[in-house]
Amino acid sequence: MKISYREALKRGLREVLINEKNSFLIGEDVGAYGGTYAVSQDFLKEFGAEKIMDAPLSEVGFTGLGIGAALGGLKPIVEIMTVNFSLLALDQIINSAAFMRYMSGGQITIPLVIRMTTGGGRQLAAQHSNSFEGWLAHIPGLKILVPATVEDARHMLRFAVNDPNPVLIFEHAMLFNIKDECDEAVKDFNPYNATVRRTGKALTLISYGGMLPKCLQAVEEIYDAKTEIEVIDLRCLRPLDEKTIFQSIAKTHHVLIVDEGWKSGSLSAEISARIMECCFSDLDFPVQRLCRKEVPMPYAKHMEEAAIPQVKDIVRKLQEMLYEV
Amino acid sequence: MDTAMQMKILKDMRRVRKMEDVCAELYTKEKIRGFLHLYIGEEAVATGVINMLSPKDNVVATYREHGHALLKGVSSKAIMAEMFGKVGGCSKGRGGSMHLYSLEHRFFGGCAIVAAGIPHAVGLAMAAQRLNEDRQTVCFFGEGAMAEGAFHEAMNMASLWHIPVLFCCENNLYAMGTALVRSQAQTDLVKKAKVYAMEAERVDGMNVFDVIEKTKMAQDYIQREKKPFFLEFQTYRFKPHSMFDPEKYRDKEEVEKWKERCPIAFLEKKMREQKILSNEQLKLMDAEIEQEMKDAVLFAEQSALEDIADLAKDVFA
Repeated sequence: MKISYREALKRGLREVLINEKNSFLIGEDVGAYGGTYAVSQDFLKEFGAEKIMDAPLSEVGFTGLGIGAALGGLKPIVEIMTVNFSLLALDQIINSAAFMRYMSGGQITIPLVIRMTTGGGRQLAAQHSNSFEGWLAHIPGLKILVPATVEDARHMLRFAVNDPNPVLIFEHAMLFNIKDECDEAVKDFNPYNATVRRTGKALTLISYGGMLPKCLQAVEEIYDAKTEIEVIDLRCLRPLDEKTIFQSIAKTHHVLIVDEGWKSGSLSAEISARIMECCFSDLDFPVQRLCRKEVPMPYAKHMEEAAIPQVKDIVRKLQEMLYEV
Repeated sequence: MDTAMQMKILKDMRRVRKMEDVCAELYTKEKIRGFLHLYIGEEAVATGVINMLSPKDNVVATYREHGHALLKGVSSKAIMAEMFGKVGGCSKGRGGSMHLYSLEHRFFGGCAIVAAGIPHAVGLAMAAQRLNEDRQTVCFFGEGAMAEGAFHEAMNMASLWHIPVLFCCENNLYAMGTALVRSQAQTDLVKKAKVYAMEAERVDGMNVFDVIEKTKMAQDYIQREKKPFFLEFQTYRFKPHSMFDPEKYRDKEEVEKWKERCPIAFLEKKMREQKILSNEQLKLMDAEIEQEMKDAVLFAEQSALEDIADLAKDVFA
């Protein structure tokens, strides 16, 4: 049976709250309101106020509290309403959560999960449409998960909660209503590895999160048996699974990276650089990128659409590259 | 306080001061590098508070925390080796002066971002509460931290959710070089804490008797009411903020005036008045401390440097 990405996140969260005795959810409007994206709808009634904690509007405070609770032996799941507000908590996320283990000479472990929605596309303008997951992937000490499918949304949290390191999960705002089949008992699941969503020999298309469904749709639209495209879903931005990327390029010799973040100093730039450093001789064509336009997100629908890579942009870029094949 | 306790407190304060003096000297000899923030003048606060704790209790401190770590039970050897950047240090030489850690002694830093440790203390206390662990959580921070958002957010949550933290503000009147009166509109810090519907008291931080009395009172309240408590310790830093500070922001006379209130000299005077401290006892005490610090420096000197091959170790667990 098909379920939504939202329902998948909800099932994953519920499973963890039931199975992990010391887990709890803390964040703004996770309880009485039911979660801004309704992921924790009815959880307050089911689990009580100790496990589902409605936090004051204090991103630094409740993220820091989560770190302390993790140090003290609990398994906190901190929900920051959106990635945009995570900027307020960056000091805690970076200077404390990411660094404390290293700074303490390996004594301290911080089994902390921070979930947040990310991405643009809902006409929320500049302050509510950021994609900072690639930016946070700059930081040693953090693991960055970006579920793009219903199944990943269902199962990633379990791994994050059982990881002794701080793990950030970015749930894309445009994916909440997508529906797909979901295996409740999936085997060989490793969220830290990239996965090939579609195999092909003509070109490697690298993407993740909210851009992945657009990439798969674009590939579908230009499907041609002679120019089959391989689609890689990164799933985890740090640590980055280079092996899957390099293996694919050895076969296809062409790469397009589609990332919702800005180009400058970005994850797409990092991936591109690593490809040049490690498999330059495999390339028959310069690495290409489709990214967010270098502007704060505009409100007007047509302008917002122009700022984010769309299916038609991906189709055009793929055709451009494939004519060269 | 009985005689033995007063003797211990005096020795602890002298140990803290001696260790700081040794660190300052080794800094000029370039054995210790980076930033070095000395606690000289403020010893009564950490000594009084931490002596009221047991080994299982949690302590979160700041970047001026050498004394706090020592008092919480971290050895002077492990602290000194950390200063030297050696693998025998309490953070394996990864942290330095500002990041002393010891999980074994429940000492959670050594946090060098002002006020960032305060919400950690709230989380630690919440964990102890939920896990039914019999441990207190004490959080030290300076008055400068009370201008940071993290302070206000943490105070609000602790009070709102009845999380039993003892908040210890070490008010030494200067946030680096900026005087309290020049940076905070409300300079009555007890009033500021009470805004969060939290009980709060002012303490003479140069008088260890007052420190101990008020700490006990706060602990009793926390135990009884299952709520947090805020203490403002009025104290003074006799030395510059760090080794790079030319001290242009305060008068020499002001510093000299506070030095007359030296917490160690104060306790010594009180003990002599009670006729429980002789010159011989003091001499013997200092000889022991001298030896402890010599041993610590020797240990630090002889401790190995971490293998560069381990540079990437412990980024992840």
